[in-house]
Amino acid sequence: MAYDKFKVLRSTAVPMPIENVDTDQIIPARFLKATERKGFGDNLFRDWRYNSDGSPKADFVLNNPTYSGKILVGGKNFGSGSSREHAAWAVYDYGFRCVISSFFADIFRGNCLNVGVLPVQVSASFLNKIFTEIEKNADAEFEVNLPEQTVTILATGDQEKFDINGYKKDNMLNGFDDIDYLSNMKSEIEEFASGLPF
Amino acid sequence: MAKTLFDKVWDSHVVRSLEDGPDVLFIDRHMVHEVTSPVAFRGIKARRSGVIFPDRTFATADHNTPTKNQHLPVEDPLSANQLKALEANAREYGISHWGLGHEKNGIVHVVGPEYGITLPGATIVCGDSHTSTHGAFGAIAFGIGTSEVEMVLATQCIMQPKPKKMRINIKGELTFGVTPKDVALYIISKLTTSGATGHFVEYAGQVFENMTMEGRMTVCNLSIEMGARGGMIAPDEKTFDYIRGREFTPKGADWDKAMLYWETLKTDADAVFDEEYNFEASDIEPMITYGTNPGMGIGISRSIPHAEEVAGGVSTYRKSLGYMDFNEGEAMIGKPVDYVFIGSCTNGRIEDFRAFASIVKGRKKADNVVAWLVPGSHKVERAIKEEGLLDILEEAGFELREPGCSACLAMNDDKVPAGKYAVSTSNRNFEGRQGPGSRTLLASPYSAAAAAVTGRVTDPRELLKEDAVLA
Ligand code: SF4
Repeated sequence: MAYDKFKVLRSTAVPMPIENVDTDQIIPARFLKATERKGFGDNLFRDWRYNSDGSPKADFVLNNPTYSGKILVGGKNFGSGSSREHAAWAVYDYGFRCVISSFFADIFRGNCLNVGVLPVQVSASFLNKIFTEIEKNADAEFEVNLPEQTVTILATGDQEKFDINGYKKDNMLNGFDDIDYLSNMKSEIEEFASGLPF
Repeated sequence: MAKTLFDKVWDSHVVRSLEDGPDVLFIDRHMVHEVTSPVAFRGIKARRSGVIFPDRTFATADHNTPTKNQHLPVEDPLSANQLKALEANAREYGISHWGLGHEKNGIVHVVGPEYGITLPGATIVCGDSHTSTHGAFGAIAFGIGTSEVEMVLATQCIMQPKPKKMRINIKGELTFGVTPKDVALYIISKLTTSGATGHFVEYAGQVFENMTMEGRMTVCNLSIEMGARGGMIAPDEKTFDYIRGREFTPKGADWDKAMLYWETLKTDADAVFDEEYNFEASDIEPMITYGTNPGMGIGISRSIPHAEEVAGGVSTYRKSLGYMDFNEGEAMIGKPVDYVFIGSCTNGRIEDFRAFASIVKGRKKADNVVAWLVPGSHKVERAIKEEGLLDILEEAGFELREPGCSACLAMNDDKVPAGKYAVSTSNRNFEGRQGPGSRTLLASPYSAAAAAVTGRVTDPRELLKEDAVLA
């Protein structure tokens, strides 16, 4: 699925200082019934965001007009649980292009990279600085620079490097996905398969 | 260089290694179900790529299916739509499809082993995180996202960096009433839900050697709950006996050829792991969870820890207990239970129903409990009937439902109502996992049975002991 290229993102951020945010919270299972990738952003964090009668919960951060932006900042172990890519779709469809945390669950991180959401893992202390900055000023801007692999708190100039492997970085910069790459390997794959024991 | 079991299987499936990038990993077996595949098939269609090896993909309907009246049309139009899409996609691309009502239908991770799709030394993926179940056979098995489902359909490969390696050793023998589920919940409580992130786990030691194949499946199933990509156990005679003669298991000369490979599947003596943990079997009790992630588990006879005693953030911990309406320091024993669920790819196999039946036998379901007994597959359902377990269950006031994922993720009608407590043999106690507002206590089939007949959290060892005295 094509997604927008990612180069440098400057944005305010939405804070969610909760640990172990699991994919069942990001998108509850009952919203996985679609056969198309459409409308998942509406149900992002559904049960934290809305009461059972559909009215918004005032105390949830996405319903708080003070906070907005294309960056979601989460607590440690963000995205644990189910492999549902719908979670990454929901994050993307809602309008986030980047999630910052001090630790990501593996499958969620991989899914994000495959759908155009950049997972940025920073140190626990840098994560705290980001939360502190947002708390001080909800309009504080951050810069996520993929070519340089840096994230910067613009108000203070504090900066940290983040890791991403060269291949995935290229994909994100160009909006490519793995199938584009694998499709060119067809005969190599067929030959490989013929040598396997089963 | 000395290799681990994991290295041997992984390395033999690398088609190409990218510098500063992932490996291109060949996938032997791919399982698909109705929920995470439709968008992948749409992608295949849009790219006109086709399915490269249709006989390496197997489709079954499970996540979204009703567990009653499966012979009738599915009422929920969205679920029906997904089931129809799966059937149509499977037909279009020549993929075997075990839809609703098919005699081989069941939960992906239950039917895979039942029909010999799951093999030692294989790479197995599915768009469901508990694909780790198949690691019980010495396979590398893990959950993938929908983009990857599309990749596997189109190219039979995925692109991932090689994970790090962890070994978990448990010495000694399990004590009375302790099951593989308790072993897994114990490990997760020690490592936390993120303790094995980035790693593939090998389970080693006497406890796992002694375990049945089904027990090993339960343990490997829960690997993902400590963040691991997957877990595996070296294949042995038990493994080979289990797979021999099953429908999709290699036969004759193919078996002999496969055996040459399978016999190499052991971690070399001097192989090195990135991380290693050692536990004693005698420290493990029947476990139960009290919070909203599977790492929040304790021995069933203990009380809920105080926030200061646990690793991690105090506010996250208190939020979790608040959701459960539990207090720090409270005992778990005696807490009232409204629902009991036995089923899922964690504990929905025949041994689990035998364990459940052994406790409810001669007792009666508690009046305050609604019980959902959901076999993992039709094969399990048939075994329940043939072994006479159904009579025991019905005698005790229980009713058996039809197979599917059911209340494990509550996509169908099997939803625990808001605020209600469920003792569940499934794998996740996340907020709302079993229905919006539901409160889940994860436990073994024994503990589920004990709760079902007493109506509250009960140490299953007491009932097992009573039975032993009577017998
Ligand atoms: S039973 Fe639960 S964990 Fe297993 S495949 Fe179904 S939804 Fe996934």
